[in-house]
Amino acid sequence: MAIAQEEIKALIIKQLPDAKVDLVPLKEGNDHYQATVISSAFKGLGRLQQHRLVYQALEGILHSTLHAFSLKTELLAEKDPIHE
Amino acid sequence: MNDTPEIFQEIKDLIANNDVVLFMKGTAILPQCGFSGFVAQVLKRLNVPFKDINVLERNDIRQGIKDYTNWPTIPQLYVKGEFIGGADIVRDMLKSGELVQLFEKQGLGTLADNPLTTA
Repeated sequence: MAIAQEEIKALIIKQLPDAKVDLVPLKEGNDHYQATVISSAFKGLGRLQQHRLVYQALEGILHSTLHAFSLKTELLAEKDPIHE
Repeated sequence: MNDTPEIFQEIKDLIANNDVVLFMKGTAILPQCGFSGFVAQVLKRLNVPFKDINVLERNDIRQGIKDYTNWPTIPQLYVKGEFIGGADIVRDMLKSGELVQLFEKQGLGTLADNPLTTA
């Protein structure tokens, strides 16, 4: 069973509304992804906590559909315009 | 979730009795997954002795460690009882110099003439 990029992005954005999500499939089959997530929600959080936030968002699919998920998180800089 | 108190105790003991523990897929000599292999390789290159736990041979630990750490993926690196992270975080910390600093502070590994740590 595989999962589409849009679904993964949607799950993350549901939890982190201002997140910029970049997804790169690592293999054919839609179950190995490399993700970069940038969000202001990461402010003040260490790497472990940042990653845990993303993992929480993907809770439903992590144990079943996603086979491998490589994650990088970054704090959204405050001076970057989000909607404009 | 069917973790037993015995599994959590076994994990606690492993983490308490070994300075560095890597819960991984495969063994340090024969990793079965790229992410696990990467972390094992980093530890070897930094001359950090570690205990490798092959979760593929222990399904109870494979699930148990995910629940214990509250972290959904393998590999998982513990240093002096503290969860450091998985492959992504280890890679990040290696790049930033934090990983070497961490091991230095804990008196683990060696830095001399190591291409990973010298500019």
